[in-house]
Amino acid sequence: MIEQLPAIQLLLTLLAAPICSMLRNGDHAWRLATAATWLSTVVAIMLLIQVWDGGVISYQMGGWPPPWGIEVRIDELNALVLLLVTLFGSLVITALRESLRGVMRHQRQSLYYTTFLLCFAALIGITITADAFNVFVFLEVSSLSTYALIARGRDRRALTASFRYLIMGTIGATFILIAIGFLYMVTGTLNMQDLSERLPAHWDNRVIQASLAFFTVGIALKVAVFPLHYWLPNAYTYAPKATTAFLAATATKVSLYVMIRFLFDVYGIEFAFEKMQLSTILVPLSIAGILIASLVAIFQNDAKRLLAWSSVAQLSYMVLGLALLNASGITAAISHMFNHAMMKAGLFLALAAMIYRVNSSKLHDLAGIGRTMPLTTGAFAVMGVGLIGVPMTAGFVSKWYLISGTLDKGWLPLAALLIVSSLMAVVYIGKIIDVAYFKPAPPQHADVREAPLSMLIPCWIFALLTIYFGLDTRITAGLAGRVAQSYLGVS
Amino acid sequence: MEFLINSLLLLMLVATVFAIVRLKRLMIGVMLMGFFSLLSANIFMVLDAVDVAFTEAAVGAGVSTIFFLAALAIVGRTSKPQNATRTFVPLAAVIITGALLVYASFDMPYFGSHDAPAHNHVVPRYLNDSPNEVGPPNIVTSVLASYRGYDTLGEVGVVFTAFIGVFLLLGAGTRKSGVERPAPPNVQAESMRQKVVLREVSDLLIAPVLIFALYVQWHGDFGPGGGFQAGVIFASGVILYALIYGIVPAQKVFPPRKLAYFPGIGFLLYALVGVVSMMRGGNFLDYGVLVHDPLHGQHYGILIIELGVGITVAAVMINIFFSLSERSL
Repeated sequence: MIEQLPAIQLLLTLLAAPICSMLRNGDHAWRLATAATWLSTVVAIMLLIQVWDGGVISYQMGGWPPPWGIEVRIDELNALVLLLVTLFGSLVITALRESLRGVMRHQRQSLYYTTFLLCFAALIGITITADAFNVFVFLEVSSLSTYALIARGRDRRALTASFRYLIMGTIGATFILIAIGFLYMVTGTLNMQDLSERLPAHWDNRVIQASLAFFTVGIALKVAVFPLHYWLPNAYTYAPKATTAFLAATATKVSLYVMIRFLFDVYGIEFAFEKMQLSTILVPLSIAGILIASLVAIFQNDAKRLLAWSSVAQLSYMVLGLALLNASGITAAISHMFNHAMMKAGLFLALAAMIYRVNSSKLHDLAGIGRTMPLTTGAFAVMGVGLIGVPMTAGFVSKWYLISGTLDKGWLPLAALLIVSSLMAVVYIGKIIDVAYFKPAPPQHADVREAPLSMLIPCWIFALLTIYFGLDTRITAGLAGRVAQSYLGVS
Repeated sequence: MEFLINSLLLLMLVATVFAIVRLKRLMIGVMLMGFFSLLSANIFMVLDAVDVAFTEAAVGAGVSTIFFLAALAIVGRTSKPQNATRTFVPLAAVIITGALLVYASFDMPYFGSHDAPAHNHVVPRYLNDSPNEVGPPNIVTSVLASYRGYDTLGEVGVVFTAFIGVFLLLGAGTRKSGVERPAPPNVQAESMRQKVVLREVSDLLIAPVLIFALYVQWHGDFGPGGGFQAGVIFASGVILYALIYGIVPAQKVFPPRKLAYFPGIGFLLYALVGVVSMMRGGNFLDYGVLVHDPLHGQHYGILIIELGVGITVAAVMINIFFSLSERSL
């Protein structure tokens, strides 16, 4: 049983999806989906315990040994990503029922949960695999389901947002496919470990160099690295209800994981960063992303769009951490991947709870909501403070490592810029908090009630986790530090 | 000679693409996209990738063209005039991408070279050992269904996700099946039925198409083909019938309510083969443990998963067609 866990991790939700699509009753579909995702979370925790302290689990799909068959390989890094996807995904889907009820017909609800499950399963598939082409296959499933989820938004603008994402995402996926094809052309293998062993002999081969270029651009589109973030703000703004919370937590983070896996493991640090000098591109782009996106966020008057722009800035933090290429930087990137997923999912979820009551995410409609919905707004404030990076919250941990990463490099001005960008976060989060607590509620929202418990509890779990991971950093920064050491030790 | 054919086909591909981009009339554009797929199928054929050519012809030139046409029936036939000044960035992106591809091509293994790495690392085992390890004479089937069966499950997942996405957005292709609508079911189909040549030729074709689909399904381990191709061919037979005789008679044979279950059923069938092999002590999708003899196990496993693929693909295509055409009425 225990050795079958990697397959079970995927199968729970992958099998639940088609069954879910056949259920006519939306509530049953929700029960099935929630059960599958929470069980999946349990499996993810079991896997994380197994690989804690550097263990590796290898599982051969179809019983064929790699590189002939497809291998699933779980180490500390992707065990952490698994925990991220399953735990935060489960929390979001738990809160989803209340917001879908009444606005969607039963059959539609079933299909909606099916799409959610497919996306969930595909993200797990991407995370656990050790096969380059298999990454692409599950990337397709996750992308398609994401487009459908976004397009289901109530506003018709969701359709154009989804279509724009579809075009950009397809270009990204095609580039990644070209990159994988080139790798196969030169090495004759698709297994990641096998690739990393065979690639060093071909560093001067132009096909491999072009492959790195295609991969970097393709995955940068998926991660929404500035200036390829074009699709993200609209997609997040118009995605329906709590779905934004799920997408913000998982989709870009798993793409970031793929970026780490390929650049550090498959291509290798020496090739990607020393020979091809990727940092000289990624560092300026991520700095620009941090500053510009934070600035744009400040001037938004729609809370959802504001948080979406903040996501662009925060993703740039992670890419910057990777490109710094020292222990603190990589630790910052990996732990911020987890911490930001948690905080942003929580923020979007709390916002979804507010939207559920006031039916708008415009700032002037959220005025005074701190008094009418004190618990939801309280959770929002806690996570907002975390996002800014105040000590004792998760956000502080990863920002601390990021700043020490820049100081290790001796880049003092950059450290100063990061502090400026944190101040910008104070401004844009402050804008929402200010409106919520210090502005009078408009008369039509005077009788707004607190969010239903099924949404409130997940919100507060996110909020409490934000504080917990600010105090106990063993799972986040501790694990990330070990991963960073192993990457830098090898090279 | 082969060089000449290849160059000609490639030139035609390029010309077709330019025509598609320049055209304002979407109807012709869709037709040309079908032509593009047919040309690609020819190129795959010349490259000896028969299975791929097969799929491209059936999906690209066949079913997807019909989907595009059904979509055009909803949105109209001409594109809005484009703002010419906004094409600079896309053009630059395309040129850079092209330049990078050309740059890479200088170091690529020579076309068809036998010492290319792609032929010398994993492939020898597929070629030499697959008859004793997996069985089917068609090695493509062995790789696709067994060595990399997990990928193929993912691909079926892609098809299934497309179906769920269409249903989520457009709704199921059914308004209370069985109830006749006040308006004539399909005006276009009414007129199509009166076109004698069209009707007679279709009548002649539909039955062989369906039987051919079954042949491709069950013969996939011997010749080119398998579940994906068979599913698409079967679906095109049904769609052809629906185009000529209207949606309603087609929905009498395939009631949309019931048909909506089948994409999931095929997908589950595939995955459950893997679950059974896990229960029998093997890894996921290890067909060798299904029965006593590993080779027989592989054989049964491949037959069942190919059936799952065929069911899902055929059901998805027909479902999407129904869903789109309900919308365009």
